[in-house]
Amino acid sequence: MSNIALPAIDQSTINKKEYIFKKLKKLTSSENVLSHEAEIKPYETDALSAYKQKPLCVVLPENTEEISNILKFCYKENIKVVPRGAGTGLSGGSLPLQDAVLISLTKFNKILEIDFENKCVIAQPGVTNLSITHAVQHKGFYYAPDPSSQLACSIGGNVAENSGGVHSLKYGTTTNNILGVEIILMDGTICRLGGKTLDQEGYDMLGLICGSEGLLGVITEVTVKILKKPQTVRAALIGFPSHEDGGNCVSEIIANGIVPAGMEIMDKALIIATDNFSKAGYPRNVELLLIVELDGTASEVDELINKVSEISKKNNSLNIKISKNEAERLSFWIGRKAAFPACGAMAPDYYCMDGSIPRGKLAEALKEINELSKKYNLPVANCFHAGDGNLHPLIMFDGNKKEELKKTEEFGAEILKMCVRFGGALTGEHGVGIEKRELMCEMFNDNDIQQQLSIKKSLDSKNLLNPGKVYPILRKCAEEGRVHVHRGEEKFPDIPRF
Amino acid sequence: MSTEEKKNFQTFQDSNNVYKPLDEREASNFIKEVYNKNLPIEIIGTNSKNFIGNKLQCAKVLDLSNLSGIVEYLPEELYIKVKACTPINLIEKTLEKNNQQLAFEPIDFGYIKNFKSNKGTAAGQLSCNFSGSRRFKVGSIRDHVLGFRGINGKGDIIKSGGTVVKNVTGYDLSKLVTGSFGTLVALTEITFKVLPVKDSINTIAIYSEDNKIVTKLFDQLLSSSNEISGSVYIPNEPKNNNYTINREKILKFNDLKSEEPFLALRIEGSKKSIEERSKEIFKELELQKMKTSILDFYQSKLFWEKINNIELFSGIKNNLLRAVIPPAKSLDLMKHLKNNFKYYIDWCGSLFWLEVLDNENEKIEEIKSIVVKLGGYLTIIKNSENFTSDIDLFTINDTRLLLSKKIKESFDPKNLLNPGKMYREV
Repeated sequence: MSNIALPAIDQSTINKKEYIFKKLKKLTSSENVLSHEAEIKPYETDALSAYKQKPLCVVLPENTEEISNILKFCYKENIKVVPRGAGTGLSGGSLPLQDAVLISLTKFNKILEIDFENKCVIAQPGVTNLSITHAVQHKGFYYAPDPSSQLACSIGGNVAENSGGVHSLKYGTTTNNILGVEIILMDGTICRLGGKTLDQEGYDMLGLICGSEGLLGVITEVTVKILKKPQTVRAALIGFPSHEDGGNCVSEIIANGIVPAGMEIMDKALIIATDNFSKAGYPRNVELLLIVELDGTASEVDELINKVSEISKKNNSLNIKISKNEAERLSFWIGRKAAFPACGAMAPDYYCMDGSIPRGKLAEALKEINELSKKYNLPVANCFHAGDGNLHPLIMFDGNKKEELKKTEEFGAEILKMCVRFGGALTGEHGVGIEKRELMCEMFNDNDIQQQLSIKKSLDSKNLLNPGKVYPILRKCAEEGRVHVHRGEEKFPDIPRF
Repeated sequence: MSTEEKKNFQTFQDSNNVYKPLDEREASNFIKEVYNKNLPIEIIGTNSKNFIGNKLQCAKVLDLSNLSGIVEYLPEELYIKVKACTPINLIEKTLEKNNQQLAFEPIDFGYIKNFKSNKGTAAGQLSCNFSGSRRFKVGSIRDHVLGFRGINGKGDIIKSGGTVVKNVTGYDLSKLVTGSFGTLVALTEITFKVLPVKDSINTIAIYSEDNKIVTKLFDQLLSSSNEISGSVYIPNEPKNNNYTINREKILKFNDLKSEEPFLALRIEGSKKSIEERSKEIFKELELQKMKTSILDFYQSKLFWEKINNIELFSGIKNNLLRAVIPPAKSLDLMKHLKNNFKYYIDWCGSLFWLEVLDNENEKIEEIKSIVVKLGGYLTIIKNSENFTSDIDLFTINDTRLLLSKKIKESFDPKNLLNPGKMYREV
C-alpha cells in the first residue's frame, strides 16, 4: 500500500466519536450508522486500492433531509465529511479520512421519474449509469456517457467526476448530458441547479458541480438527458505497420470532417496481451490497431465507413475489417474491453494512467512512453481513446519488489508531465482525487489554484467537505501513485475497464 | 508594472475614463489598480450586445477590443484558440477555409440593435451563452468552450481547461464563466471546440396553425433518430401594427409560403443521407397528410441564418424576451400567448423569442411568472423606452442567488467587474 499525506487529524473529533455516533443515529437511524471495525472495512478504499484508510464511521442516509441535517451537524461540530457513491472511482476521490464521517449514497438508488416527453430521467445518485439506459431502452432511448465501469458506477459519482467513456468525442462527457442536480452544501443548504430546461439562468453552477469531485456539495438527485439510439452502428478494425501511420490516419479522419462515435487505439503490447487473454482474433503482424466506430443513419454510416477505409489505405494500413453485422462489431471490441484484465494476467501488478494529449501527438507520445519503459525497465501496454485524445498506459510491475513500485510511480508521473507538456491534461476522465493532487502545479500556477480554492472556500468555508483531495496539500509537486492493481485484486476486478 | 506601463496607465487616468490595454498584462495591471482604489469597472468589447443586461454606471471602462487575433488554429485537433475580442466573423471565415464551424451557431444581435449584421466578439458570445438553433442537438456555447484565460477581480491572471475535449483537471471554470456577462473575469483568451460543416442542408416546412399538431411534431422530432439539427415554429404575427411586423418581408423565399404559420425543420448531411432521412421523416411524421414545402440548400442556408440573427425582431423598439422552458411545456406557453404577442419558437419547442409592447410592463411580469411556473427561465434581452426599471432582467430563485453571490465573491471580492450587470446583487 502506498503512503500519502492526508489532512492533519482533528483529535477533538476522534475524542468525541461516541457522541458523534449517538447524534448521527438520531439524525438517521441506528442501523444506518456503521462504526465497528468489520462494518467499516469495506469502505476503506475505492477502486484506487493502493490507498486504504478507515473512516471514523459510515452513514447511510435515506433521504435528502437526513443528509442536510447530518451536514448541518457536522458543520456545527467541525467534523470532516467524505461523500461516496459506488466506490468505483480510480483516483481515490472517496478515500476516507480517519477523522471524517463517510456518507455513502448507496440507499439513494431509485429512478424517480422517467419523462419521455421532456427526454430526461430523474435519478437518485446511487442509481448505476447503465440502469438509466435499461430504464428507457424499451422506447429506443439511452443515456450517452458510457464510462467503462457503467455496470457498477453510480450517476452521482459520474457527475462528481464528470465521467466520460469511449463515445465522448461525438456525445460529450457527463457535463454535456445532464440538465439538473440537487446538491447539499456543507452547511446543510439544499440547492437545486438546473431542471428540465436546456442551459439555466445565471451562473452555470451545474457546470461547476460537474467534475468537482465531491468537494463542493453532496449530490442527492440528478436529471439526465436521454437520446434516441442511432439507427445504425458499424465499426472498422484497422491494423498499421507503425505508430506514425496509425496516428496520421486518426488525424486525417478528423481533418476529413468525420466525427466517429468512438475511435480506439491499442499498441502492439496490448494487442498481444488482449488477444492472448480474450482470443479476439486480432492481427499480430501490426504495430498499432485502430477501432473506428460510426453511428447514425444507415446511408451516412455506410458512406463514412468507406471514407475511413480509403483514408486508412492511404496511410499504409495492413489489415482492414469492416463489421457486417452487430455480432461482428461486438467481436472487434472483445479484446479492447479486456485490456485491463489482460495486463493483470501478464504481471503481478499494473498501474493505469489517465492523461489527455492532442490527437496529433499520439506517435510522439507512444515513442516517449516506450523510451521511458526502457529507462525504467518496466513493460507498458497502451490503449488510447484516440477520438478525444485520452491516453491510458498500463505499466506492469511487481509490487512485492519495493523499488519497482517507486520506479512505477516515477514512470507514471513522467507520463503525466509529458501529457501536459504536449498541450494535454493531467487527467482525462479518472479525476485528480488524491492520486494526481501533487501534480496539479504541472498544469496550473499559483493564481489558477488560488482561484479554485477561493471557490471551494466560498461554498465550504471550513474546508470540511472531502478535504485533502484534488488540490496539493504538500505544496510541492511530489510524484504520486496511480491506479494500482495487485494480483487482480482491484476493487471490482470483474468490471471491464477501457 | 514597468515604467512604460505606468506612463500609459497615467495617461489613461488623466485623459478619459476608458482604458484600452494592448495586452493581457496591461489589462491585469489596470484591474490591480482599480482593485486597490475600489473602482467599479464596466468591461466592453465591440459593444455589439451592450443593450443586454442592466445599465452600468461605473467609474471606469475597460475596453478589451485590442485583444484580438487568432492565436492558434489546429483543424485536425478540432480547436481554435483566439484572443478574447477576436471578431466572430474572422473566426468563422478562418474556419470556413477548412470546412469547419462553431457548431453552436453564434447569434447575430446586430439586426436587433440596428438592422445590420454585427456578431461581435468571441468574448461577447461566450459571456452571454445564447446559442443558435442547433443547440438542442449539439449543445450550447458552454459545451464548446475548451478553456480560457482571463483576469479576476483582484487583477490576477487565471486560466482553466485547455485545448483537449477530455479534461477533468480541477473545477471546470469555463462553464462558470460562460454566460456570466463579464461579472467574474475579464476574458483575455478563449479556446473553442470546432466541428466539421456538413455537406448539405435541406429544410422541410410544414404548414399548420394548430398548436397541438405543432407541439406533437416537436415531440416526434425530438424522439426521432433521423438527426434533425434545427426546428422552429413561426406562428402568425398579431394584427397590431405596434409590433415588429416584418415576417413576410424577412422570410421571403421562393419555396416558402411565409404568410402562413409553419414549422421548419433542418436536416444536414450528405445529399444521399438527406434524401433518405427526408423520406423517413415524411413517414415518421405522417407528412403526406399535411401541406409541406422544401427549401433547397441555398434557401435553407439563408433561412437558418435569418432565424439565428433573430431578424424577425430586427430593429425592435418594444421589449424582447427570451424564455427557455422544458420542451413538453411549449403547448402551455403557446396557449397563454395566443395570437396576442409576436413570438416564435426555436430549439424544437424549448426556446421562445417574444415581443411585448412598450408600456405593457404588467404583461412582462405575467409571462415571467408563467415561464417560471412551467419550470423555465426568462431573460429580458432588450427593453423598450417605458420599461419599468424595477423588473429584474434575469430570473433566479433565492438559493441560486445566494450561491451566485458566493461565487461572485470568490472571483471578484470587491464586486468591481460589471457590478449588477445580471442581478443587482452580484
